[in-house]
Formats: sequence, C-alpha cells, structure tokens
Amino acid sequence: MKVNVYVTLKPGVLDPQGKAIHHALEGLGFGGVADVRAGRFIELDVADGTSDADLDAMCAKLLANTVIENYRIERA
Amino acid sequence: MKTAVIVFPGSNCDRDMAVALETVTGRAPAMVWHRETELPEGTDFIALPGGFSYGDYLRSGAMAARSPILRAVAEAAERGVPVLGVCNGFQVLTEAQLLPGALMRNAGLNFVCRPVALKVENSQSLFTAAYGAGEEIHIPVAHHDGNYFADAATLDRIEGEGRVAFRYTDGVNGSARAIAGVLNDAGNVLGMMPHPERAIDRAHGGTDGLRLFEAALGVLA
Repeated sequence: MKVNVYVTLKPGVLDPQGKAIHHALEGLGFGGVADVRAGRFIELDVADGTSDADLDAMCAKLLANTVIENYRIERA
Repeated sequence: MKTAVIVFPGSNCDRDMAVALETVTGRAPAMVWHRETELPEGTDFIALPGGFSYGDYLRSGAMAARSPILRAVAEAAERGVPVLGVCNGFQVLTEAQLLPGALMRNAGLNFVCRPVALKVENSQSLFTAAYGAGEEIHIPVAHHDGNYFADAATLDRIEGEGRVAFRYTDGVNGSARAIAGVLNDAGNVLGMMPHPERAIDRAHGGTDGLRLFEAALGVLA
C-alpha cells in the first residue's frame, strides 16, 4: 500500500530556501507569486493494514521534526 | 576521566575532538561507533562531534539521533554524565530531544566558516565555569544548518533559566536571539554550533576553546 507523507514547515517558521526559490522565480520573470514555502514529500510502501496510529508514529518519531514541521498523511 | 567520542558515518570532527580531550585529560578517549549499544564502563564525559552524520539525510542529525548508541547516550545524560555536542553534535542533541529547539538552514543560505565572537551568557555551568560572565571569546564556526529555532515560549523559558550558554555578538546564521549554545534543564548537556576543539592550540589562531574542556573535564588550570 502506498502512503504519501507531506512534511511542511509550520506557519511562522522562516523558510530561507522558499525565499530563495521565490527570488529565482521572480528572476525568471514569473510575477504574481506571493510566497513560496518548500517542504518534503516522502512516499512509503507499507504493508496493507498498517494502522493510522503506526503511520502517525512514523511521522512524529522520524519523518517530521515537530518542533518546526507539520505533516500530513495521505493513503494513496 | 574516561571520555568517549561518538562516531557516526559522516562524522569529520571526531579526531579533532579526540585530540582536544586527550590534550586536556592526558588520556585518549574511547571512539564509540554508532552501532554500539553501550558506552564503555565508567564513561564520565561524552562528546558528539561535528560533521555530516548519515550525509545529513532527512534533516541534519535526524538519523544519528535514532542510532543505537544514542539510547545509551540519553541514559547517561539522564544519570548526569556531561554530554557535549558540537555543530552536528548539537543538531543530533536537538533531534534526540535532549535539548530544546531545532537547527535550520542558515538564514543567508550560505555555509558559514570563520572565527566568530561569542558572549558567554552563563558562566556557572560545568562547561563554562572557566569563563567570566559576559566575557567575549573567539571560536570558529563551520556550518550550513546553524540557525537556531524554538518557539517564543521556549526561548523565554531557556533564557529565564540561564540555559543560553553562548550568544553570537553579531549575525552569523539567523539564530533566534543570536543563540549559539544551549544547556539542558539539568545543566549537564551542552549543544553549541561553534567548535571549541578547533581553538585549543596557539597554532589554531586562538585557545579560547581550551577552557571549556578544562572546566568540563575537571582539570581547571
């Protein structure tokens, strides 16, 4: 079973990489971009029947650093 | 004094740390590989060195913080054994939740590698007792992810509890409140981005790091 995990910076946490991407987009002439935030996408292939609680624990214990990041789990 | 340096795949300041420890104690530290599950019997000082453990995969320090030896390090820290994490070692300690906060990409996005001035904010800890309160010292930094972050409540708390050991005197990496080094609640775990082991010999250009090891290792000159 495929599971997608999206790890994103919490609101209010400065994202220098997002800012650099934003500047680069502007440099390429793409106006009208208000903000860019960069995150991480992780694709898991897990055993069928893996519980939500286990997936949540994987995210909280390793995949995301909850001091600075949020995560969202999506069963594909 | 039995010291230990934890070595991860990708550590690259482990030998410099070993030289610093041996210089001060007269005894070579045990070099402990990340797959070990126990520290040598009687270890009474642990250093987590700088480098790029596990290639900085996922996040700096994230994989090392979940390695087998870190359970032993956490247990030792709980018993009060002094633990010093420098640079990547600091990142490992925050990822292992032995210290609050997180270390993010430098605000300027550049790798910063130069001597910096630090203000000693807490000169009472076991690591900083050989410095004067408010003293300015010079120690090199070399990092890409040294931008210290914690939420405002955590920052207020650690400042109020005297747990900020060192602050940069000017902007280095965008760290919240210019924090360069943080102590744990009990004061026996210190994480810092600057490298004291690179400032122990006059040939290094300065010896301000030496007093940290002398204080922590109980051999105050």
